[in-house]
Amino acid sequence: MKILVAVKRVVDANVKVRVKSDGTGMELANAKMAMNPFCEIAVEQAVRMKEQGQAEEIVAVSIGPRVCQEQLRTALALGCDRGILVTADSDVAPLQVARILKALLDREAPDLVILGKQSIDSDNNQVGQMLAALAGMGQGTFACKAELDDGRITVTREIDGGEQTVSLKLPAVVTTDLRLNEPRYASLPNIMKAKRKPIDELSPADLGVDTASKLATLRVSPPAEREAGIIVETVGDLVGKLKTEARVI
Amino acid sequence: MSILVIAEHDNASLRAASLHAVAAAAAIAEHLDAAEIHVLVAGHRCAGAAEAAAAIAGVTRVILADADCYEHHLPENLAPLARDLAGSYSHVLAPATTTGKNLMPRIAALLDVAQISDISAVASADTFVRPIYAGNALATVQSSDPVKVITVRITAFDPQGGGGAAPIENCDIVVEQDLAAFVDENLSVSERPELTSAKVVISGGRGMQNGENFVLLEKIADKLNAAIGASRAAVDAGFVPNDMQVGQTGKIVAPELYIAVGISGAIQHLAGMKDSKVIVAINKDAEAPIFQVADYGLVADLFKALPELEQAL
Repeated sequence: MKILVAVKRVVDANVKVRVKSDGTGMELANAKMAMNPFCEIAVEQAVRMKEQGQAEEIVAVSIGPRVCQEQLRTALALGCDRGILVTADSDVAPLQVARILKALLDREAPDLVILGKQSIDSDNNQVGQMLAALAGMGQGTFACKAELDDGRITVTREIDGGEQTVSLKLPAVVTTDLRLNEPRYASLPNIMKAKRKPIDELSPADLGVDTASKLATLRVSPPAEREAGIIVETVGDLVGKLKTEARVI
Repeated sequence: MSILVIAEHDNASLRAASLHAVAAAAAIAEHLDAAEIHVLVAGHRCAGAAEAAAAIAGVTRVILADADCYEHHLPENLAPLARDLAGSYSHVLAPATTTGKNLMPRIAALLDVAQISDISAVASADTFVRPIYAGNALATVQSSDPVKVITVRITAFDPQGGGGAAPIENCDIVVEQDLAAFVDENLSVSERPELTSAKVVISGGRGMQNGENFVLLEKIADKLNAAIGASRAAVDAGFVPNDMQVGQTGKIVAPELYIAVGISGAIQHLAGMKDSKVIVAINKDAEAPIFQVADYGLVADLFKALPELEQAL
């Protein structure tokens, strides 16, 4: 069995980013970048399936500027076998990402696709669902459990009221939620070994995909700041303020 | 052109999230010429939900697709149905709940259009505001697609009122597929208000130390008729189930009063609650970032403060 995972380069989850003063985007010039946390969980899931003898090969894909090689190398160090970098200068929108991945599915014919449920920068939560639609596959989104079983995968999904379990015919698309697994760190020997693993480079045009989107970002602005509050000394003060000042209880 | 809202329901009854999505549809309709708002209720034995949808103010038609293939609202069934209906609409909306997030991108891809996630404001019929970077920025986006497929941040739109009496039309499209099958569902049962619509929310974090200690929050929640939430740290540590998680990738809440107990206030948690009207933080660490967004901060040991608070209420 072959698994395809996609990894996105995003600003590190611990960095608090600010809006650029000209409103064209975020101030990312010197920000620490990392693999999107949900993509780390996707890689971990694929590697565990390979370790359990359920998969033979894991292909990692990243879409973006050439520097995304860093995140692909991380994926390779964590246990993916080879990488594909689809180079794009600017941000690629979810529908176009899904089209690129669909074109790669046509080439690679994986049995399972594992993606993060959302990236922590654009917060869209769309690509897995769109890819499943374009490829005519079932989708197991927001997965907290995924088990392969004889040509199918059983996925337990985190939903608003609890959990839902669905059974999908393979090939299928699974998107990861936080509690699917706890990703490992790459060991130094594996980081060294990963340097020799192959990364193919393609352009969206090689895959016949136009990356223009019909959704334009007109401007980016900071949210309204909350005004600083006060520190109260006792529980009695707190209840008093809530009753007489805030009037919420 | 008209607006289609995809209702969220459990077949028997309509979920409150649908009322917020209709409110967003009404905000869009103000920018359109004589746009009607229709609601799609797809499910099985879901006449109850359809009747509730027909009573929402401003709704002019309810489309009822009642077939066993729609019982569990699987996107593999619902997306082709919505695609077939979407041709006569300029906008298709659903609440940004786990059901809406699961479904709407699939519909958009079938229609070959972008999807606009989690809008928090309507600027015009084609321009919307949505939070990005865990709410650290607001993006204003404009769509030139023929159909705008949108999920709605429910805390950003007040629920639409009742009093309507729209006709209910049956739709007999049936979608059969063998890609996905429902296995089972494990839903939490609670007497408390829903987290996303409660007027008061009290949440616990890692500082609660274990799941048993959440009983301290329950006692206060009982007095305030509050819903109980949790930070990711508390959920990851196994204190409470994941459907209680408030944050960037969990539930977004904006109650009148949010009480954060033993929560440090990571960016990801703040993203889920910082639009609350009044925020109270109780934490023994005076340096915790939660105090920067709190209207009222109490630096105290929660195991002392919570029983005192319960007494004082």
